[in-house]
Amino acid sequence: MSWEMFVLVPGSPLLSGVIWLVVGVALLYLARSAAHQAIASASRLLHHACKLAARSVLLAEQRLKQRNNEVLLAAGREAAERIIEREFERIDASVQRDLAEYPALQRQMSEAIARLEQDYHASAEVPPEPPAWAKVVDAVAKIAPKEPVVGEILEDIHDSMVRAQRTAIEQYRNDNSKRHRILSRMMPLWRKVARVLGEMDKRVNRLLDRSTAIDRHMASYEDILNRSPRAERMLSSSSLTQFFIAGAVLAVAIGGAIINFHLIARPMQEMVGGSSYIMGYKAANIAALVIILVEVAMGLFLMESLRITRLFPIIAALDDRLRVRMIWVAFLFLLALASIEAGLAFMREKLSQDDASLVASLVGGQGEMNAVAANVWITTAAQMGMGFILPFALTFVAIPLESFVHSSRTVLGIVGQGLLRALSFLLRLTGNIFRHGGNMLIRLYDLVIFLPLWVEQRLLARNKAAPAEHPALTVEDAS
Amino acid sequence: MKRRILALTAALVLLLTACSDETSHSRGVYMLLDTSGTYTRELEKAQQIINFVLSKLQPGDSFAVARIKTGSFSEKDIIARVTFDGQPSRANLQKRQFREEIDKFVANVKPSAYTDITGGLLQAIEYLDEKAPGRKTVLIFSDMKEELAAGYVREAIPLQMQGYEVVALNVSKLRSDNVDPREYMDRLAHWRQRVEAGGATWRVLNDLERLEALFVD
Repeated sequence: MSWEMFVLVPGSPLLSGVIWLVVGVALLYLARSAAHQAIASASRLLHHACKLAARSVLLAEQRLKQRNNEVLLAAGREAAERIIEREFERIDASVQRDLAEYPALQRQMSEAIARLEQDYHASAEVPPEPPAWAKVVDAVAKIAPKEPVVGEILEDIHDSMVRAQRTAIEQYRNDNSKRHRILSRMMPLWRKVARVLGEMDKRVNRLLDRSTAIDRHMASYEDILNRSPRAERMLSSSSLTQFFIAGAVLAVAIGGAIINFHLIARPMQEMVGGSSYIMGYKAANIAALVIILVEVAMGLFLMESLRITRLFPIIAALDDRLRVRMIWVAFLFLLALASIEAGLAFMREKLSQDDASLVASLVGGQGEMNAVAANVWITTAAQMGMGFILPFALTFVAIPLESFVHSSRTVLGIVGQGLLRALSFLLRLTGNIFRHGGNMLIRLYDLVIFLPLWVEQRLLARNKAAPAEHPALTVEDAS
Repeated sequence: MKRRILALTAALVLLLTACSDETSHSRGVYMLLDTSGTYTRELEKAQQIINFVLSKLQPGDSFAVARIKTGSFSEKDIIARVTFDGQPSRANLQKRQFREEIDKFVANVKPSAYTDITGGLLQAIEYLDEKAPGRKTVLIFSDMKEELAAGYVREAIPLQMQGYEVVALNVSKLRSDNVDPREYMDRLAHWRQRVEAGGATWRVLNDLERLEALFVD
């Protein structure tokens, strides 16, 4: 089909164009009402469709938000439960450790107090008893004061009494000295009692501190249970922080894993061959990757068994004896893999030396090789050290991985929410564009046929038969 | 229970077999050394190239060096050939042995009267097709002037070289080329046409300082 078939007047395409224009405008003028309605209906249909879709998306966003909140609160509840559980474990340990000694302390205190009491009684001052026969002497002295015999007797009695008094004073002094000794013996006992009381005070205070911490955690736990907006805000912010921090640490760990991979990939060719491929990848590279992944998996199991992470509930639920066995098995596997890696790192260095020596012999430069070989033990030792340490370092990937997995649920939910909200906005915008676009099309339609419309208006004005102006239809009018 | 274990093992073996890659990822290099006339004096450069190729080849790759003489379509003209072992340490050992063989050959080589490049190429095709490496490269260390003894039929034989890469190395100019450079250009154009007609790609590398370009993927 060529444009020539549209030329109505041969040799005059301009005239043909004008004829076509007139015909077209006339047809458009005749179809004006129907065209306006069609445009209005189409734009209304598209507007409503977009509006409906936007509402559905908004509802989906609301549901996602609700679900995210559920997830967030559940995660927060679980974390708070873990913290509270841990605090209780600490209190339990504290009670077991500190208060288990309480009976012993009490016994020590009782013994000390009993001894103090005993010593106290022992140190009580007993006044010296006057001789029993003093009254007899007094009576005798009253009976016959002028008898010489009596005087002698009294003299004897006086001497005896002086002697007895001396003895009593001596005895009294001895007793006092004993009492002082007893009292000085009581001093360490008092100190001991004070120390024991101080120790008990410290332990009780420690328990009180723990209980204050539990109160604080319980308050936030209650906030979470009550679904308070404050708790939601805090959890959301904490989750985002966790996501970015864990992501950064994981990136560092991935860097370590890549170094580890390069450390063992080449020597693995000695074991599995350098010319075999699996799915387009060198078997040696895959083997090296598998070793690293096994190390990471063992690290995960170790961390799970140690109850540092909780990615596998089945491991956390194992009974303690089995769990301890699992710890040892995972650790031994890691140790074996670390030793293998150290061996492979050593082999890598040997292979590198062999390669360098071959290349030097092929392209020259043996002298340089010898100079390099002098310090080669440093790189060998460094590579072996790295080969041994990196598997254990990779073990700790489990901690950021757990944080990343948990926080990514929330972050993905937030991202999904944002996307849905943006989609809803776009749909509403598109709906409005369709509505106003329909109106604009109707105006443009009238613009194309402005000439017949103007003629029509003039005729109507002249006849004064019709209303002053034939208004153009809008989407609303057409509907 | 035993049946289940057997089924599981069979499934695992099947999975591993399915995963194994049958596509060849190795490289096969066949190098032709022109030993005709005065070109034997250039063989030290050829040694340099061979050493470079040896340093670049990996475990699993194949390498053969053959001479071009009066009639080169023969296994006897292969000076040294090797397919490197998968273990890098053994491959290095094989490279050392290979170099020794080449050194021995260069020390005792005698110039030939004629230059049967086509025969050498046919032998290269046969060798590399048999090895079936993932990438096939033929290096021709020659001035590319073919001189056939009477009775040898070569021109009519088409070269079947789909997937091959042919690199002409150290294509030195002859005295007659200096008189009329068109001879040199026509010679190269003729070989390019023959090689490309066979389905291979063609390159000329005269600057031996740029040998790295040989193994640019």
